[in-house]
Amino acid sequence: MGRVLPTGQEDQELLLSTRGLTKTFGDLVANDALDLDIRKGEIHALLGENGAGKSTLVKMLYGSLQPDSGSIIWRGKETSIANPAAARHLGIGMVFQHFSLFEALTVADNILISTDNPVSRQRIAQDAERLAQSYGLPLNTRSYVGDLSVGERQRVEIVRCLLQNPQLIILDEPTSVLTPQEAEGLFETLLRLRAEGCSVLYISHRLDEVKALCDRATVLRHGKMIGECDPAEETAASLAAMMVGAQVEKVERDHDGALEAAGEVLLELSDAGLEPESPFAVRLRNLVLQVRSGEIVGIAGVAGNGQSELFRLISGEVSAPHDQIKIRGKQAGGLGVNGRRRLGAAFVPEERLGHGAVPDMTLSENLLLSRHASDRVAFQRFGPLGVVWKSMLTEAMTRICDAMDVRKSTADPAASALSGGNLQKFIVGRELDRQPSILVVNQPTWGVDAGAAQHIRKALVDLAKSGSAILMISQDLDEIFEIADRILVIDDGSLREAGAASKVTREEVGMLMGGATAGMRTSTPSSEENHAH
Amino acid sequence: MRIELQRRDAPSRRMSLLSPLIALALTMLTGCIIFLVLGVDPIAGIYAFFVEPLTETWSLHELAIKAAPLILIAIGLSICFRSSNWNIGAEGQFITGAIAGSAIPILMPEASGAWVLPAMLVLGMLGGAAWAAIPAFCKTRFNANEILTSLMLVYVAQLFLDWLVRGPWRNPEGFNFPESRTFSAGQILPEILDSGRTHYGAVFAVVLAVILWLSLTKTVKGFEIRVIGQARRAGAFAGFDANRLTIFAFLLSGALAGLAGISEVSGAIQQLRPSISPGYGFTAIIVAFLGRLNPLGIIVAGTVLALTYLGSEAAQIMLGISDKIGRVFQGLLLFYVLSCDTLIHYRIRFAAIDRRPSKEIA
Repeated sequence: MGRVLPTGQEDQELLLSTRGLTKTFGDLVANDALDLDIRKGEIHALLGENGAGKSTLVKMLYGSLQPDSGSIIWRGKETSIANPAAARHLGIGMVFQHFSLFEALTVADNILISTDNPVSRQRIAQDAERLAQSYGLPLNTRSYVGDLSVGERQRVEIVRCLLQNPQLIILDEPTSVLTPQEAEGLFETLLRLRAEGCSVLYISHRLDEVKALCDRATVLRHGKMIGECDPAEETAASLAAMMVGAQVEKVERDHDGALEAAGEVLLELSDAGLEPESPFAVRLRNLVLQVRSGEIVGIAGVAGNGQSELFRLISGEVSAPHDQIKIRGKQAGGLGVNGRRRLGAAFVPEERLGHGAVPDMTLSENLLLSRHASDRVAFQRFGPLGVVWKSMLTEAMTRICDAMDVRKSTADPAASALSGGNLQKFIVGRELDRQPSILVVNQPTWGVDAGAAQHIRKALVDLAKSGSAILMISQDLDEIFEIADRILVIDDGSLREAGAASKVTREEVGMLMGGATAGMRTSTPSSEENHAH
Repeated sequence: MRIELQRRDAPSRRMSLLSPLIALALTMLTGCIIFLVLGVDPIAGIYAFFVEPLTETWSLHELAIKAAPLILIAIGLSICFRSSNWNIGAEGQFITGAIAGSAIPILMPEASGAWVLPAMLVLGMLGGAAWAAIPAFCKTRFNANEILTSLMLVYVAQLFLDWLVRGPWRNPEGFNFPESRTFSAGQILPEILDSGRTHYGAVFAVVLAVILWLSLTKTVKGFEIRVIGQARRAGAFAGFDANRLTIFAFLLSGALAGLAGISEVSGAIQQLRPSISPGYGFTAIIVAFLGRLNPLGIIVAGTVLALTYLGSEAAQIMLGISDKIGRVFQGLLLFYVLSCDTLIHYRIRFAAIDRRPSKEIA
């Protein structure tokens, strides 16, 4: 995508700036005297690792947190933003990373709920559809949100935000859930907004995107401002280095070697399927999959196409006919999670808090969570009494934290006290510590900072080298191309083989990800736009 | 001026200890106001209600007798509540336990020997567990709301007991009073001390509370209960079966309520009557929460709530006010405990509406 110069480059007027903005939580200085400048009509990137203070800053700008000291200057005047409604009133809108939509309501109702002024549903639906059309974001306000794809839900969020006529839009990790094609659509909308003089504060981990899209970037590290730069003049590597304060190395993968040395099949699905358990779940059909010793198989796909169902099926959280799943040659479909773990499989779910870990429990208790049965001898005492062997747990927890470089403030903190990246390193390390022969991991680096992501990917590659089979479900194509040997795509509950990672291109995988509907989705905006003109 | 609740970064340990005490203090304060409105000297009222029962040997025994069933039921409920199973029907399980355990002395009045009492206790536990199994089954099989089913079964149990003591189990030598025959010596739970009526129910309560506390904090089963209560999906990831745990928690708490029921009937009342419980099963819900769902805390909380039973009797006798005042105090206590628990996760902040935000945080 070409870089379009902002209209009115000479107009350097500041829309929003902060001076000495500081926020502390206990001993942690989340934001340390930040001086951020956002000009009128620019797309401004906010870069930084997880825990660098991006969300704290954004929450203060959106009024959901109050600064301890420092000032926010909006259009040349010092203001205080007491709450999100005040922010919207000023002209600041926000699209959150995790959507705040009700699945069982229609698009129109979702928009209606969030409006500050009372208006009729019909009126808001009309306004929303008109606005959506003019920005090339086709939207049916009568659809139920539960039926929409993630990309469409994001459109709802954006339209909802645009209805407030904002002068500044804050987008938090907007493309992490989109296909490359959907992301392109979003970029066009953003460029269009910029052309109309609206400013955008864009938070993303994807440096290539920031380079292509953003006019300027502010980099945060450990709550401090490291600097401002023009992303177009930087390389992805130099931006990453600014973020983490050191050079980030790419994980090298010897694809062909692994393929040639294809070992025995350790994980096998033969014509497996899963009926949906709720109206919003995806039906899995005719899944055929083999993962061999020493290989990493990547499963690409747009969010909500059956990834979590696939994980449940393979992990044994739901049972299947006994012969549809084989682990190390043994039929395992009827076994539960722990039965499969005893056969040598290990699992890392997508959601860290609430699925992979219990938020309010300590790390050592969370270690017990996935390993109480498979490592019964190590962590339980007094036979049938099943007394937890605390000292052994603490020892193993410390060993895992050392091996994975988990940074924690106390010896055994609650899982929720860790940053996303550190908790993910712990959750992955908890499984690696068992030396599993099969590892199934869903979104291994979702929402994790660059440094932790590299650490986790390297650990996965090392595990594969030692002869284990790894199945990695990921929405991050970069990640899949970086470490997977073979790529499959999940679309509407079906798996399709894309081929060896060294042979297929991103575009081919992207086409498979979009499935049959991809063509329709990309064609609608232009036709509706023509209609509107 | 505006009062705001601000979320704490981490739950406050200090507040989780202080909250029951603050609740107790607020309950007494409100009690004072109620006494004033009733035209009673509040100091005398509080003294008669909360202090006087603690000054005499016989009333201390009564305290132990009333605390025992509360503690037994509440420790069972703590297992249920910690695993997000809302058993509200302990009152019914208490009654069915009492009925099942009383079957031996009523149907076999001549039965004697060392086996009789243990058999009665076991039958009592089975009776309570069986009654609790119904809402557990309905929840796991049909996804029926256990709050409703367990609560409604209380009334079924009460009416069943009423029918029994007026009908088939009525004492043939009892002048047509709606009562069963009285239990004979070998069928009565013995007293522990010579000084008063306290029976072995109190021992069961304390011993079982300690055992449950150990299981909850030290074993994998206790871990399972806590995990499923806090994060059901993490429980599934750990391979814990939430439905099986629902059944387990209901059976356990039903058995403990049943044990409380048969202990009360065999130890304190020594026969079946239409009403054998002054609402122990419901009061135990308050006890469980006041004790922080921790079996050791429940020993303390059970004693405090037992005091409200004695206090209301004392208030009726000495101050001439309705003994329903005890229920009022129980309700106040639960209300304040639940409110004060908010302070564990939130702090109160006083904020002027238009003050500068940067100065708001003192």
